[in-house]
Amino acid sequence: MLKYTKDHEWLRLDGDVATVGITDHAQEQLGDLVFVELPGVGCTFTQGTAAAVVESVKAASDIYAPVAGEVTEVNEAVTQEPGLVNSDPTGKGWLFKIKIADRGEVDALLDEAGYKALIAG
Amino acid sequence: MTDPSDTATLALTPLDALHRRLGAKMVPFAGYAMPLQYPAGILQEHLHTRASAGLFDVSHMGQIVLRAPSGRAEDAALALETLVPADIVSLPPGRQRYAVFTDDTGGILDDLMVSNQSDHLVLVVNAARKAADLAHLRERLAGRCAVEPLADRALIAVQGPKAEAVLAALAPEAAAMRFMDVRPLTLAGAACLVSRSGYTGEDGYEISVPADRAVALCEALVADPAVQPVGLGARDSLRLEAGLCLYGSDLDPGTTPVEGALEWSIPKARRTGGVRAGGFPGAEVILRQLADGAARRRVGLAPEGRAPVRAGAALFGAADGGEPVGVVTSGGFGPSIGAPVAMGYVPVAAAAVGTVLFADVRGKRLPVRVAALPFVPPRYKRS
Repeated sequence: MLKYTKDHEWLRLDGDVATVGITDHAQEQLGDLVFVELPGVGCTFTQGTAAAVVESVKAASDIYAPVAGEVTEVNEAVTQEPGLVNSDPTGKGWLFKIKIADRGEVDALLDEAGYKALIAG
Repeated sequence: MTDPSDTATLALTPLDALHRRLGAKMVPFAGYAMPLQYPAGILQEHLHTRASAGLFDVSHMGQIVLRAPSGRAEDAALALETLVPADIVSLPPGRQRYAVFTDDTGGILDDLMVSNQSDHLVLVVNAARKAADLAHLRERLAGRCAVEPLADRALIAVQGPKAEAVLAALAPEAAAMRFMDVRPLTLAGAACLVSRSGYTGEDGYEISVPADRAVALCEALVADPAVQPVGLGARDSLRLEAGLCLYGSDLDPGTTPVEGALEWSIPKARRTGGVRAGGFPGAEVILRQLADGAARRRVGLAPEGRAPVRAGAALFGAADGGEPVGVVTSGGFGPSIGAPVAMGYVPVAAAAVGTVLFADVRGKRLPVRVAALPFVPPRYKRS
């Protein structure tokens, strides 16, 4: 069960840790990624602040922390092979894991139906 | 995000419907709806061009005819030389040359291609500058030349190592052309003006075709299995790897041809002591810089890490502290290099290949090394 932000990130919950990536719609809009910069493990973010950067041939885009918390793990595979984010955005192309500080922030995110309505709109 | 309504008020090229049929993502560029990329994507389109042949729509660019009342191209050339520091008078019929329009301070107003069509000249100028260039030509050459946009023409490019075979299948004479030759050729039944040139560093052709025949010609070209349509995204990464300037980014009224490392476009005839020395706007500044050098220079920049360094990034001489010494004017990822590539302006003292500078990227200073241009060896057919 994924949750989504209006900025086209997804979260997969596992206890109090959320795995974060960008949606298939987002990767398609960005095009082929050539560079991914991930936060350091142990970094803390407030909700909506820039936590990572993905770059396509054309442009750089910030990835925002979808919820406040501390980064517990990052996916080094995507820094070596940014194309994983294009080929498998919700699987092997995950970006980082964050320990959720405030569960209420998660509840306020979009569910799949809400996100689909957002990108259709 | 691409909202189709974004492009609703834009000018359309004669190939607009074809782009949409081919699945292009259309974006606004210089007042036109242009294809950024097709479903294959920028990386693949770039690599396909270097490996085979890419088809580009560059119909947004301006095509201008310059005609002297005498009906002699030489008179039009003499007139044009009052606006550009290039040697146009010695340009033989059927040949093309690169030039820049300069202003009275030596700054660059646009860059362009000029071809000699025996009784007139044809200029190809940048889309964003074509209205200004037309006005400039008409004002400055009044009485000496008629200046008319070449109406109802599309402009397309076929670029890559298989471009010759692709064109030769439609017109065998194309194979005999050399780099910068310009010939009238009939392609898929259309009377075209074809130059062997381009903006990718590859061998290839640029084809001016009547607007009403452009779709049929492009359909004939993409029917060749070697050819794939390529959008503006890959056009930019291809020209950057080839070390070619983008007007408005790498060149502008604040840069001179000497600062822009374009001295090669100013031959002896126009330099101090030449047979037609000076006589172009800003000659005093440009001739002095040719003799004494300029304070800063356009160079290639190879970021040492994997992070692309983009246009606008400030360049520093040290990993921390100090004032910026230069600026990146074009930058991105070079798919054929598999690494980031950039160009920018640096002080002459820091322009030697191998000099390490630091680019500010999101508040971090990343090392970049001054690199020889181009990043990929050109494959023009010079002989």
